[in-house]
Amino acid sequence: MNYIALKMLYGDRIKYLMLLCGLSFSVMLTVQQGSIFWGLMRWSHSGISNINAPVWVTDPNINQVEEVKPLADTAVTRVRSVAGVDWAVPLYKGVLRARLADGNYQQISLVGLDAASLLGRPASILEGRIEDLRAPDAVALDQWAVQRLGGPQKIQLGTVLEINDHKARVVTLMRLQKTFINIPFVYTTYERALTYSPPERRKLSYVLAKPVNGVTPEQLARRIAAETGLGALTAEEFGWKTIVWMLKNTGIGVNFGTTVFLGFLVGMAIAGLTFYLFTVENLKQFGALKAMGTRTGTLARMILLQSFTVGVTGYGVGVGLATLFGWSFARDGGLPFIETWQLLALVFVAVLWICSLAGAISIRKLARLEPGIVFRG
Amino acid sequence: MPALAAFTADADLPVAVTARGVHKSFGEGQTRVPVLKGVDLNVALGEILLLVGPSGSGKTTLLSVIAGILDSDEGELKVLGTSIPELSSDAKTRFRKDNLGFIFQQYNLLPTLTAAENAAVPLIIRGLPRAQATARATEVLREVGLEDRVDFLPAKLSGGQQQRVAIARALVGEPRLILCDEPTANLDSGAGHKAMELLRQVGKRADRAMIVVTHDSRIFEFGDRIVHMEDGQIERVQQNHRRDHS
Repeated sequence: MNYIALKMLYGDRIKYLMLLCGLSFSVMLTVQQGSIFWGLMRWSHSGISNINAPVWVTDPNINQVEEVKPLADTAVTRVRSVAGVDWAVPLYKGVLRARLADGNYQQISLVGLDAASLLGRPASILEGRIEDLRAPDAVALDQWAVQRLGGPQKIQLGTVLEINDHKARVVTLMRLQKTFINIPFVYTTYERALTYSPPERRKLSYVLAKPVNGVTPEQLARRIAAETGLGALTAEEFGWKTIVWMLKNTGIGVNFGTTVFLGFLVGMAIAGLTFYLFTVENLKQFGALKAMGTRTGTLARMILLQSFTVGVTGYGVGVGLATLFGWSFARDGGLPFIETWQLLALVFVAVLWICSLAGAISIRKLARLEPGIVFRG
Repeated sequence: MPALAAFTADADLPVAVTARGVHKSFGEGQTRVPVLKGVDLNVALGEILLLVGPSGSGKTTLLSVIAGILDSDEGELKVLGTSIPELSSDAKTRFRKDNLGFIFQQYNLLPTLTAAENAAVPLIIRGLPRAQATARATEVLREVGLEDRVDFLPAKLSGGQQQRVAIARALVGEPRLILCDEPTANLDSGAGHKAMELLRQVGKRADRAMIVVTHDSRIFEFGDRIVHMEDGQIERVQQNHRRDHS
């Protein structure tokens, strides 16, 4: 009977393609928009993920990573005095402008790392060595800075820029994740960053810390917060805090949520309705099968098989198209697109749910079907 | 009212269907419409019985009650020795699957299955593997003269050919009772005549009965008996002279 069910489904190609298109479109839109949304959220805390530190110490009232609330210089030694700290180093983070040789300006996100340890260094170096940052006037640029400042023809190792009227020589090119506000990163040492930055009473943006073995980042963050009165968060906590702030303050969540919800709803409604109509149009055939001795349970299984076949195929095509989109347009990291297994699982469950619902409504119609329908002309 | 004896088959033939005082109504209360008003009928194995009468006389309802598709309100009904009103819904479905063959007015072929697959449906419902069922169905299609159309979809067949597929489907499971509802209604005179001739030729057997509901007086000659229904009752029974028990 499964064969008959599938032949009924595939045989009417127009209806089958309509069903498949509705579901695939809905799945593709949901996965694509969901992946872009999650990509943007990940970009919103690139300032944290690009700097590999387990614990971030900052002002207790910090909202998100880009909102720097400078600390007193003594914060570094206060953090170092907390039991369980393996290392604690200062970090400068601020938005400045770089001037190119041709006189053009470009906003940059300047990051100053502790010169001795270079802790918080990027994971991926494209050209040069990160240790060269210790050389006079040395800076490291990420791939987005190279792009923004004129491309690889203009920006190479040895290229000289001006940051706040100070000379900056490119010694390293590194690969970093783009940020939500899309300002390229320029790394240098902490001390040099202070000279580049405009005068302020406090310039220490963050203290980065790592726990000793046997102490978790969460435990260390709680200890630092309790003993110093400073804000201390693990990188993950700080990332989520940033995401929540973005969702609350930018409207991006509502915007994407509405698109995803409407796309999913409309696509699924079309698919569900088309499937129901497909069953209704086949009622006479189901009636004939029932009259010839097919049990209602068997007919119900046939309908569920049809429904889930369309659902799983539509899911596969939709995910495939969304993945193809991501692979085509976002593989270099230029577009925010992160397809997570959680999103795929969630959409799969939703598709199964819609298929079950459409199948159940059709089965209900079928259970009430009077097989005598076949005796009417 | 005619005597009961008039509605019975030859006493020397084994009985396929026995109906005694069968009543059936539709609706409730003031909207209740009695459709069968105490039908008495015997159908013998080996005979082709035509059930004729004007629209609304209860022919199709009687056919549905005999098939166990509709429940009678009262009366006795035995089909192939089984008391149909006593069966559960599931048991009726099983009974239809194992014992009955159907030919519908609209043929009700599945449009996406080939002729052979359509004819194989009753065997597939019984759980026979598809390859075996289709092979057997192909043999029956050969018997009805469609050996060159086994892989055709219904849309590619003429009305007469579709009806022959429906006949093959009704015969493939070797049922002991075949119920036909207006089998020639959608066919022209020649095709209808041919379909009935074929049905009689390949379907009529000593251990099988056929009940054919029809309006079509042109096919009356194919019945062994013609039962005329009027207003939910059997009005008269006409014994046909053409008798060729096989």
